[in-house]
Amino acid sequence: MGCEIRYITYQLASKEVSNEDLANTFKEFSAEDIYKKVGVKKRFHTSEDIIGSDLAFQAANQFFIETKFPKEQIEFILFCTEGLDYIAPMTACLLQDRLNLNKNIGALDLPSGCAGFTNALGMAKAIVESGQSSNVLLLFGDTPGLVSHPQDFALRSLFSDAGAAVLIEKSHENHIGNFVYGVDGSGAKHLFVDKSCLRNPIDKEWLELNNDVGGMPRGQMKMNGLEVFSFSIKEVPILVNEILEKNKLKMKDINLFVFHQASKIILKSIQRKLQIPTDKMAYYLENNGNTVSVSIPLCLKEAQREGRIKKGDKVLIAGFGIGFSWSGTILYF
Amino acid sequence: MNIQELIEKLEEEIEEVEKGTLTPSTNIRNIDWWSSMHALVIIALVDIEYNVQVSGKDLKEIQTIQDLYDLIVKKS
Repeated sequence: MGCEIRYITYQLASKEVSNEDLANTFKEFSAEDIYKKVGVKKRFHTSEDIIGSDLAFQAANQFFIETKFPKEQIEFILFCTEGLDYIAPMTACLLQDRLNLNKNIGALDLPSGCAGFTNALGMAKAIVESGQSSNVLLLFGDTPGLVSHPQDFALRSLFSDAGAAVLIEKSHENHIGNFVYGVDGSGAKHLFVDKSCLRNPIDKEWLELNNDVGGMPRGQMKMNGLEVFSFSIKEVPILVNEILEKNKLKMKDINLFVFHQASKIILKSIQRKLQIPTDKMAYYLENNGNTVSVSIPLCLKEAQREGRIKKGDKVLIAGFGIGFSWSGTILYF
Repeated sequence: MNIQELIEKLEEEIEEVEKGTLTPSTNIRNIDWWSSMHALVIIALVDIEYNVQVSGKDLKEIQTIQDLYDLIVKKS
């Protein structure tokens, strides 16, 4: 017995931001400069009143429409986000009610960022394979745009807000391989949301300081791009080798490498370091931006749509980022 | 490895640079094309070509190409 990914839906936030739009705000760059620098043509932001769980809710509704999967058969939901509705209760509880799911189900939050998909998939596999439930609906919703300063070029040009719903189900044959996890909390300071939650809450001074941009009442994401970059090119190749070893596979056995779509330069550097041929790399950053926990399901959906994943293929997936946290596995199609 | 080889690799990697224009004493921070993206390009190049991990903090302390070379030698 094992489990498999049965279906993926994802949704990008509604407001498309082009490079021309960005060039209007960041006068020092032309639209062409921005594309050259970041490798992204468009990214998507929500409005202030749409948050992560709303994007997850929309994706879930889309999932139920597209699959006609009976809502009453969902046995477990895991909601993965870095922008919870409240400190308490769990947003997964609110989603159970909004989605009209049964009351005799499991519902947990899993706050995790760019490694969110692989972390959540690992937990879903554990829940299903231990017999606790026969399926898990993974819900994702991330809104980095809501905590990015309007003048922060790196964040504004790279990140998108998005939601996804992914159904994991029990299966006769196992389609999800062994997992590798990693964490280095000493890197937390290089990518975090300042002035958020209990440790470091907003105060009057903060609101006044940011008065010109609406106060940044939800906090402000701060990224040290250099440190995130050096972490990524150091740890991700190690992660890839550990995933291969744990699943008794070689580089050449992999048909497609799906990495979290961190940034073009990070993906290119990892590709070069691991000597992966371009046709085996998933690049879906250009028209979507970095969608945090949604990036890997987005890539899988698009790669399938393009016919890049065939029956019998082995796809290596690896998430990495904020925390620092990283994880990955092999998907057997 | 020698410093000339490093210079050639940098000239190849950074498209704004014309071949034969960098020297050991070139101060990378005073070059008009320098941007934060180039710091990433250098970190990647050093990691992939020399298997040396340079942190963002290390790179901030570097001024010249000689400094970068010395750092790679020290960390090798």
